[in-house]
Amino acid sequence: MTALIDVENLTLQFKTDEGLVTAVDDVSFSLNRGEVMGLVGESGSGKSVTAKSLMHLNARNAVYGPKSRITLHTDEGPIDVLSLTRPADMKVVRGGAISMIFQEPMASFAPAITIGKQMVEQLQLHAGMSKSRAKEVSVEMLDRVGISDAARRFNQYAFELSGGMRQRAMIAMALSTRPKLLIADEPTTALDVTIQAQVIDLMKDLVDEFHMGIIFITHDLGVVAQTADKVSVMYLGRLIEEGPVRPVIRDAKHPYTQGLLAALPKLDNLDAPLTPVPGDIPSPLDRPSGCVFHTRCPKYLGDECRLQEPRNRMAAPDHRVACHIYSGDGHD
Amino acid sequence: MTDPLIRARNLSVGFRIGGGLFGKSILKAVDKVDLDIEKGAFFGIVGESGSGKTTLGRALLKAVPITGGEASYTDDEVDYDLTTLDGAELKDYRKRAQLIFQDPYAALSPRMTVRDIIAEPLEVMKLTQNRRDTDARVREIAAKCRLNLEHLRRFPHAFSGGQRQRISIARALVSGPKFIVADESVAALDVSIQADVLNLLKELQRDLGITFMFISHDLSVVAHTCDHVAVMYLGRLVETAPTRKIFAAPRHPYTRALFSAIPSLDPDSNDRAQKLEGEIPSPTNQPTGCKFHTRCPHVIDRCRKEEPALEQPGDGHEVACHRWRELMESMPA
Repeated sequence: MTALIDVENLTLQFKTDEGLVTAVDDVSFSLNRGEVMGLVGESGSGKSVTAKSLMHLNARNAVYGPKSRITLHTDEGPIDVLSLTRPADMKVVRGGAISMIFQEPMASFAPAITIGKQMVEQLQLHAGMSKSRAKEVSVEMLDRVGISDAARRFNQYAFELSGGMRQRAMIAMALSTRPKLLIADEPTTALDVTIQAQVIDLMKDLVDEFHMGIIFITHDLGVVAQTADKVSVMYLGRLIEEGPVRPVIRDAKHPYTQGLLAALPKLDNLDAPLTPVPGDIPSPLDRPSGCVFHTRCPKYLGDECRLQEPRNRMAAPDHRVACHIYSGDGHD
Repeated sequence: MTDPLIRARNLSVGFRIGGGLFGKSILKAVDKVDLDIEKGAFFGIVGESGSGKTTLGRALLKAVPITGGEASYTDDEVDYDLTTLDGAELKDYRKRAQLIFQDPYAALSPRMTVRDIIAEPLEVMKLTQNRRDTDARVREIAAKCRLNLEHLRRFPHAFSGGQRQRISIARALVSGPKFIVADESVAALDVSIQADVLNLLKELQRDLGITFMFISHDLSVVAHTCDHVAVMYLGRLVETAPTRKIFAAPRHPYTRALFSAIPSLDPDSNDRAQKLEGEIPSPTNQPTGCKFHTRCPHVIDRCRKEEPALEQPGDGHEVACHRWRELMESMPA
């Protein structure tokens, strides 16, 4: 396996009028080429902010922690992403080695420029292609993602495409520069379920074909089960559990992951009651001390959870969990 | 059996649109729908964007004009013809039929306290005589929705999504409705919170006898909360049945495809077989015959020419498909 990206001790705070808000708190993970990682979490968990950090793409008021380090491995050697400052250097990462697709494709395409022109522009910029070559590649790519009549679609505007088509076009655009890493932020959430299924299948085929890494950000564990090789679960900026997809979904260790799974309505047992995770997600302005989940945790142990941050433990090979209930005998 | 609370026959809603080459045309958002919602039911309407599920809900609330067919509302006290309802009777119907919206962030005024938000319908509809009555009623409803007194003094921005949705529900409940249309009411909520709001809605159905029309694109949510389900496609109702029946053995090829498109929690399931090609056609340019024929894997010539009627085989499981019997026989459930 070839390493693609290493994230170490990523901490990110935003300067706001109400003080420093912690969005990401000491998160570490790594991804190899050809791997799909599902990054799961609810609103405010820091999953999108984490992904944006990989491209050094957060707002100006973002403050990275001093120990934070993101290393992107390219054919030309490792790049220390967070140390990049000049726009010219950033270009190698943004849109070059890393592409990103978003939840709402209508908001990601410029409305008054044709799809084709936008695709060509980025290929000229990032891949140094000539205009005519860029057009060839773009039309090929549109065709590859299943857009019929690609040559005609190339000259259309985003509003002329349906939601599913737009998301396909977005994927085509993101992949045309042959990125090493694709970040997909809730790419199927705005789509109907039959279209979502099509887009998921397309993305699976493309990983095999392009042998890139994908970070798939979603709140939908079903989508993760169907796409990812490994899963990282975030809650209020902390990475609380990670591991290969099967053990994490079938034998979740963290009470939050267990709660998320229990809260999902399941089709194979209609009699099972729906069990919410009690309470509400605390505001990031008011982060709980100790374990960030302790205010809602059904397995709350008292002071230990309230005051002490749990450290990562190996529940199984490659399966990490940060929870005090495993600090006793036999679990370490 | 008593009359259903809501009865629709051939119900249609059309919108006049555009001025294209051939002048104005009609967009049929809801097309000849037959529907009975029994008293006390939790009735689910399922469909993708553009299926007409929201418009159907709005039409039954008299929020968009009904342009064809019949619709009636019958409870223990009144019997209203929804196609002609107006004046004092329409005002009275507004008390009896309410809507809960999808987005609890957009539905609540940021300038009003929670108390005022919940009290507003009482004041507008003149349901209480004085402030003391109003406050008493607001507190009673707030308690039902698990909001406490301290919450009532605050503004919506201080609340999380789940709490806001409980405020929206309290506002819908305060006039004492018998019928509530919940349009994608948990779609904007996080998974860990969603179950809490669903459980609250079920509680209200059980304790207050409220009839719910629950509009959703999320089949697993519908399966767990509704006792009856109707599936819509391009304005048509293509299948309706008690929840257990439809999930155990869906009869319409579209319903089957919808079910198989739900991403399974089992990483090893790989069911690409029944996945649908293409997308839902534009409602301004609808297919002839069966509206699903452009995407149906079992299409035959008859489907392109002749629109199937909603068949009632007598077991309460109705379906609009020319071939459902032969397909059920040839296919494992």
